[in-house]
Amino acid sequence: MSSHELASPAAPPSIWHMYRSMVGIGVFCGLLIVTVFQVTRPVIERNKAEALQEAILHVLPAASTSNAYRLADDGAFEVLEGDGEQLVYAGYDADGKLVGLAVEAQGMGYQDVIALIYGYSFTEDAIIGIQVLESKETPGLGDKIESDPEFLSNFERLDVSLTDDRSKLANPIVPVKHGTKSNPWEVDGITGATISSVAIANILDRSAQYWMPRIGANLSDFQGGE
Amino acid sequence: MATPTKSSTDEFIKGLWKENPVFVQVLGMCPVLAVSNTAMNALAMGLATAFVLVMSNIVVSSLRSFIPKQVRIATYILIIATFVTVVDYAIQAVSLDLYKALGAFISLIVVNCLILGRAEAFASKNTVGRSMMDGLGMGIGFAFALFCLGAVREVLGAGSLFGAQLFHDSFQDWVVMILPSGGFFTLAGWLLLFNWLKQRKAKREPTAALGLSKEVA
Repeated sequence: MSSHELASPAAPPSIWHMYRSMVGIGVFCGLLIVTVFQVTRPVIERNKAEALQEAILHVLPAASTSNAYRLADDGAFEVLEGDGEQLVYAGYDADGKLVGLAVEAQGMGYQDVIALIYGYSFTEDAIIGIQVLESKETPGLGDKIESDPEFLSNFERLDVSLTDDRSKLANPIVPVKHGTKSNPWEVDGITGATISSVAIANILDRSAQYWMPRIGANLSDFQGGE
Repeated sequence: MATPTKSSTDEFIKGLWKENPVFVQVLGMCPVLAVSNTAMNALAMGLATAFVLVMSNIVVSSLRSFIPKQVRIATYILIIATFVTVVDYAIQAVSLDLYKALGAFISLIVVNCLILGRAEAFASKNTVGRSMMDGLGMGIGFAFALFCLGAVREVLGAGSLFGAQLFHDSFQDWVVMILPSGGFFTLAGWLLLFNWLKQRKAKREPTAALGLSKEVA
């Protein structure tokens, strides 16, 4: 069972030796990976939850705590306990007063799906902040959607008010060429990152068209903060 | 390649400069070009690769009499892939932002020919101690080279180093340096510098340079 058997290169090693080395090392490697996975999983999950919490508080600057809600089948919103399909987060200030909602949205960018979260203030009827959660946009060009201050200033107050019958947005969110923004529902694009900035506007428009009427109809569901 | 006269310190030093994996051996070009767009990404990628290289060299060298020749490549890859997975989880646990920035390239350390190359060419024929020094030297040499590229690309392409702004606002970023083509330009610049240094040295002491080129080959 030792190296002596393999000492002479002329004699080919038996099948047993090959199995022994491949299966033995395979089993050992498998055990190592499982151990590392088990050890790091709680840390990784905590990191992800923290990153999400940070993003919620970033897009709702007035909030200090948040609750996750999901849309129930009857159109009302219910508090979500634990993990699962978390879609809408309600933010509360230090006194437990509702200050706004954070909504996750995603859509196709230039390279891959862009996932983002945006803050909605019902007192202003506007989007008051966005943060990109996941994007693989071109470094140096498309990734300006995350950092360009001029572009991000679009979302300090992006109008999403509803029509009178509260069934859809009064004005769809539309991307416009850089420097031609004239209405509060338009998104001023980035020169050199047209596709990425248009993608952000479209993601927001699609998500707001879906969520805003539903949120507007059930705003009282969120009032029960802690 | 390794003569008994070489000490393990020599094995360490050679990877840093004389046989630098990127600037002299030109190995593992995929991560060198792809993940060197900022100094931070480059350094993290280099250190992750160095860790995998050291660990796989140690394991391969300690099992070198146990692994039959016929299945050695498959076994080496198995060992390398295991350590890459470990690094993958470790980076996720340390920093999610860093993990997002490095993306798929962490998993692709498995196919970095530098690592399999050292396992096959060095660790399978040398003692554990020497293999560890070799892996350490090559790994740090690789990280150093990546950092050289990353620093130049970040300074020129984004006007910053490790995210800290270096120039006045009026500096116009060379966006091309951040894009893939910038990787080629920067690599070309560094290779030019290294070859120029080598040639200059060869002119001064012809015999020493001959020994070097033989060793690299």
